[in-house]
Amino acid sequence: MIRAFHRWPGLLALALVTLLALSGAALSVFPAAEQLAAPQASADLSVATLAGRVQAAYPGVEQIRRAPSGRVTAYWFDQGTPGAAVIDPATGQGVASADPGQVQRWLTGLHRSLFLGDGGRLAMAAGAAAMLVLSLSGVALVARRTGGLRHWFTRLRGPLAGRLHVEIARIAVAGLLLSSVTALWMAASTFGLLPETGGAPAFPAAVSGQTGIAPAQIVTLTQTPVSTLRELSFPYPGDATDAFTLKTDRGTGYLDQGTGALLAWADLTAGQRMSETIYMLHTGQGAALLGLMLGLMALGVPVMAGTGVALWLSARRGRPRIRDNQPASQAETILLVGSEAGSTWGFAATLHEALTRAGQTVHVGPMSDFAPETYGRARRILLFAATYGDGAAPASAAGFLDRLERATPLPEIPMAVLGFGDRSFPAYCAFANAVTSAACAKGWEALLPPDTVDRQSPQDFARWGRALGQRLGLPLELSHQPVAPRTQTLTLLSRRDYGAEVQAPTAILRFALPRQSLWQRLTGAGFARFSAGDLIGILPDDGAAPRLYSLASGRRDGFVEIVVRKHPGGLVSSRLTALHPGETITAFLRPNPGFRPGRGKAPLILIGAGTGIGPLAGFLRANRRRPVHLFFGMRHPDSDFLYHSEIADWQAQGRLTRLVTAVSRGVKPHYVQDALHAEAAQVTQLIREGARVMVCGGRDMAAGVTEALAEILAPSGLTPAMLKAGGRYVEDVY
Amino acid sequence: MKSLLATLALTTALTLPGLALAKPVTLSTTLNAYGGEGAYLAYYVTDASGAYVGSLWMAGGKSKYYEHLGDWYRATGGDTAQVNGITGASVGSGRKLDVTLDLADALFDAGYTLHIDAAVEDMRDSPNEIAVPLTTDGAGKAVQGRRYIASFQYDM
Repeated sequence: MIRAFHRWPGLLALALVTLLALSGAALSVFPAAEQLAAPQASADLSVATLAGRVQAAYPGVEQIRRAPSGRVTAYWFDQGTPGAAVIDPATGQGVASADPGQVQRWLTGLHRSLFLGDGGRLAMAAGAAAMLVLSLSGVALVARRTGGLRHWFTRLRGPLAGRLHVEIARIAVAGLLLSSVTALWMAASTFGLLPETGGAPAFPAAVSGQTGIAPAQIVTLTQTPVSTLRELSFPYPGDATDAFTLKTDRGTGYLDQGTGALLAWADLTAGQRMSETIYMLHTGQGAALLGLMLGLMALGVPVMAGTGVALWLSARRGRPRIRDNQPASQAETILLVGSEAGSTWGFAATLHEALTRAGQTVHVGPMSDFAPETYGRARRILLFAATYGDGAAPASAAGFLDRLERATPLPEIPMAVLGFGDRSFPAYCAFANAVTSAACAKGWEALLPPDTVDRQSPQDFARWGRALGQRLGLPLELSHQPVAPRTQTLTLLSRRDYGAEVQAPTAILRFALPRQSLWQRLTGAGFARFSAGDLIGILPDDGAAPRLYSLASGRRDGFVEIVVRKHPGGLVSSRLTALHPGETITAFLRPNPGFRPGRGKAPLILIGAGTGIGPLAGFLRANRRRPVHLFFGMRHPDSDFLYHSEIADWQAQGRLTRLVTAVSRGVKPHYVQDALHAEAAQVTQLIREGARVMVCGGRDMAAGVTEALAEILAPSGLTPAMLKAGGRYVEDVY
Repeated sequence: MKSLLATLALTTALTLPGLALAKPVTLSTTLNAYGGEGAYLAYYVTDASGAYVGSLWMAGGKSKYYEHLGDWYRATGGDTAQVNGITGASVGSGRKLDVTLDLADALFDAGYTLHIDAAVEDMRDSPNEIAVPLTTDGAGKAVQGRRYIASFQYDM
């Protein structure tokens, strides 16, 4: 719901908001420039002295104005010709032209009304309103994503566009809120929607009738410092009924032109002060530094517009059209999707198609539409639940748990929950788990035990599909490819073989970099940009789901390297480990930004076993200055010590600080978790120093490592979960 | 065609016999190319003693800017009721404004003066930009303003 309040104003007012922000940012420079350029009055200068100086220089002076920037301007009449100049308060002489610059005027016209008069003003006010709605809904979205306003500046994960969008927003939103609220106030004032704020005092009924007092003699003016002056208007020459008009930051008054007496005075009303403050906050006139900051924040708007559209497009692309979707009242299978970015819909579409082909009637809808009383012919309910942030319901599942709580369980319609998530997050499938517990507590029968799909894994999904097929008595083979990958051909350069003696035939395969088109190089698509830890996907010949391998090299290394262990009966691993130099495979690249060492100089603790050494070796090869401690588990050092010679070189070059190996084949089997226990003191010390832990390998090993670290860290009050939440403990598990 | 009668009836200042006799008068104002935003112009009449009688036209719709039309604002206290129904758009730099009104015959050759106050955003205010006596002889004779008005004349 909130997302809709963010998306539609954002898309509809995209151009308008961007234009407002850019012109506003450009205008924000002027008050500061004016303040720097204008000759400033000394602190003790009185209006009387200033007026005397100006009158001496320009005897026909009519008005002296002081801008909030401190710039003093005089207007005069000389032999029938009007003149004006910026005044140096020290001399009373003009030093520069008083007319505002063409550029500033043009920008102001654009910013305020697109040069379209009142219609343009209304359009720009609508733009400001859109900006306000975007800011408020954006705050709500960021708070939801980070788990509350308290976590406003928490670390972000995910694709660059989304991160950039939020990183900029959470700084710029303060300025954008201020600018849009003040803009709407000013627009309301322009269109007379605000109450009148009161004006000058009534002109005095009687004046002395005398003329000719020098401004320097007027007591009120001698007591008024120039820093408080707004405007001093001189009486009309030859009109004895006129008077001096003085406006200061306190109010407005009239001074007798014969006696200098203060004839009338009105303080600024609260409304006027409010208006002036809002004008200052919006324009930066009188608050140049604030203006510059607001301008800088406004510059974030075009970037947020671009990344916002990119996010919207990618979410749209991720949500496929579902053909032959049955109405909920007619379908045997109700498939409900709780998805945030839209990727889970793709899985639903795949299942919908497979079930429909098998002769089933299927309805696919968002989890937020859950209404079991309308499911007239349903035999089962399937729930695909992603998780948002720290366990919250994703966008399309908003309100689901409430609806579930209110609904009466239908014993004849069992339910199955499949969670979608990313194991490297602490709240893995937390929402799916919440749904499962809630359904269980309400007494819904479970069609299948709850299951999960990690990082859109096609394998996980296919496995669950087979279980579902078995339960339904249908052969169900789900082949889902989240994004149709664009493959490129890789040619094998060299291979090194290990592990045959310990029944773990493993090869380090090094491929040549594929040629990149100019467009790919510009956009960083395909293999034009990758780093160790990213994944390459290889499609098996039978069209099943692709197998993913972690990259052991980055683009700068000039080659594509992976470590593959041959699995008995594994189609892809068999094909890969049978490759000879010169032969080719087709592969696609999938970025894995969550598994990178990141910048900084904090120590790294790399933990891997078997082929899990691959990305870790890539990190070591690219390391320059960081202390790195590698825990490497193998079967036997004489057989599957992958990267043996390189590791020795890296140690000699200072890329690797310390190597701890664990050997599992021997008299006393030793695993990486044992090695961690043995080095508990140093591990604790490193983590206290801010070390980042990166784990790569099989799922059992990763679980063992987490357990070992939990025990090791317990005395220091830290837990792996805390490290994960802080982004200091990441896993790449298969 | 706007009628001054209704407007002047709002003010107590002008209760002359023979007011019913009126004729169309065209006020033609051409602005200098001063190169700024649209100018606000207040057209109003004072009597022989200089007292405000009534307004004829207001070019410029946003009342929050009226205080910059200094003399008019001082005379009326910024009362927008003075220009209700006789308000039009502001006049762009170098542009011409023609307004035709039914003016009472009694306003002519009786010591009344027509004033125009002008103001432009971010530029100097120009109260009393024009001050011409309303006389039958003066009709059709162009006068120049102090800053913004290149020429002004009224034709009967």
